[in-house]
Amino acid sequence: MTPAVAAHGEAAGVERVFREVYGQAVATLIRFFGDITLAEDAVQEAFVVAADRWRSDGTPPNPAGWIVTTARNRAIDDLRRSARGQALREQLGAVAPASLVTGAEGEEEGGPVRDDQLRLIFTCCHPALRTEHRVALTLRLLGGLTVGEVARSFLVSEPAMAKRLVRAKYKIKAATIPYRVPEEPDLPARLSSVLSVLYLIYNTGLDGQERAPLRSEAIRLARALAELMPDEPEAAGLLALMLLSESRTAARTADGALVLLRDQDRAAWDAAMIEEGHAIVRACIRRRQPGPFQLQAAIQAVHCHADSFEATDWHQIVALYDHLFSVMPTPVVALNRAIAIAEIEGPDAALTTLDTIAPDLDSYHLMHAARGTLLRRLGRPDAARTAFARAAGLAPTEAERGFLARQLAELA
Amino acid sequence: MSQYLLSTYAVEGGAASRAPGTPGEMAAFLERVVALEADMEASGTFVFGGALHGPDAATVARRSGGGLVMTDGPFVEAKEHVAGFYIINADDLDAALAWAGKVVDAISQPIEVRPFRATGRVRA
Repeated sequence: MTPAVAAHGEAAGVERVFREVYGQAVATLIRFFGDITLAEDAVQEAFVVAADRWRSDGTPPNPAGWIVTTARNRAIDDLRRSARGQALREQLGAVAPASLVTGAEGEEEGGPVRDDQLRLIFTCCHPALRTEHRVALTLRLLGGLTVGEVARSFLVSEPAMAKRLVRAKYKIKAATIPYRVPEEPDLPARLSSVLSVLYLIYNTGLDGQERAPLRSEAIRLARALAELMPDEPEAAGLLALMLLSESRTAARTADGALVLLRDQDRAAWDAAMIEEGHAIVRACIRRRQPGPFQLQAAIQAVHCHADSFEATDWHQIVALYDHLFSVMPTPVVALNRAIAIAEIEGPDAALTTLDTIAPDLDSYHLMHAARGTLLRRLGRPDAARTAFARAAGLAPTEAERGFLARQLAELA
Repeated sequence: MSQYLLSTYAVEGGAASRAPGTPGEMAAFLERVVALEADMEASGTFVFGGALHGPDAATVARRSGGGLVMTDGPFVEAKEHVAGFYIINADDLDAALAWAGKVVDAISQPIEVRPFRATGRVRA
């Protein structure tokens, strides 16, 4: 919510519409005017007008079209009046006038407007921008979060976040970062950057209750991306991964402390999300173009499929981790594979595997937590305590620290 | 059309392996650079560019009390200094980065890509 719109409060569902159409409207306005700041200002003005108008006249049948048209007209007025507009018109040359004159009335419902969002997400997630700038731009421009909301999500001050966004937009403009969906051969790498940014937003949303809105925003954007890029199974895989992870959130904490998969109340898992996630994973498997996100989703699907921890198909899970490691050979994947091995070959074999990768993950709390769990199962409480204490010192969230404190208490 | 500076840096006392060592390597290096520049020329990409002599050959000039004061050496005393550059025409950053990839392959050095803003008589 922008402060101006929030001031109008409950007005005519503006708030609801805001989240849904903000990114779409900004993306379309950027196509018209080729300028991000101009597009943002115009869309915000249009929402202020909407807050007034819709209260007296009711919400129009096509709120998104209304916002785009109003924002476009406002921007054209501003451009005509201001010196900045003069400069911008000259700079845009022959490109913009055609859109300015003909407008886009006929295409607002169809493809081009949807494609605008796709173009914008590739601009926001361009690898020439640093990761934290990609994340901030994506949440601000496509998610419609205020600068303050983005700042709070990443634990930085509002002025610092505002500066970050200004710098990122400056680079887009000065370096002419294009506003289009990349073509082969760039597409795979560029799509992978988009997917990583969305997954990072989702995972940041797992760190504490106040960041939870990031998860629904990440899912909304992943869903839009999967719909816009039906030929990219990795986009579908990311959506499935998020849905299957999200389905377990209610069971993941109890009294503010983390509950392990082993101990979760599976009845509290969200059946509808699991069903949707499973359907996507099955469709991905049929396409036979596996990638990191699809494989991670498939692993989650196996977990969600099991009625109990003991009933989990661990052989399937280890096989999927083997496949994942072959395309994404990171220490974290190796760690998760080692944890799964414990359920087949026992904690001794798992600890041996884990100790080979431990040096690479010495600052990762989940590695020490996993070691602690294995050492306890092996009847080595002193070593387990040391590992859990190490994990507690590194854990980033309250829920995880709570969980680790309980493990330490039980071993004492 | 935008313009970009593609610049490469040399590191003082840096790994000698980075520069072509033998005459044969030098010849192959020059051949790659000539082919690259011909490519740039043919596609209307090349504006200007080349290699710089070392920082020891540099002089800093500044106005002081009405006179032009000269100082031996480069403006910035650093271990890294610009060793060569191209100014290129490109539609956008993606196009510039595609050329950057070709330059990196030709010279086997990392390069910096920076948007160039034409002033005065030099126009895009």
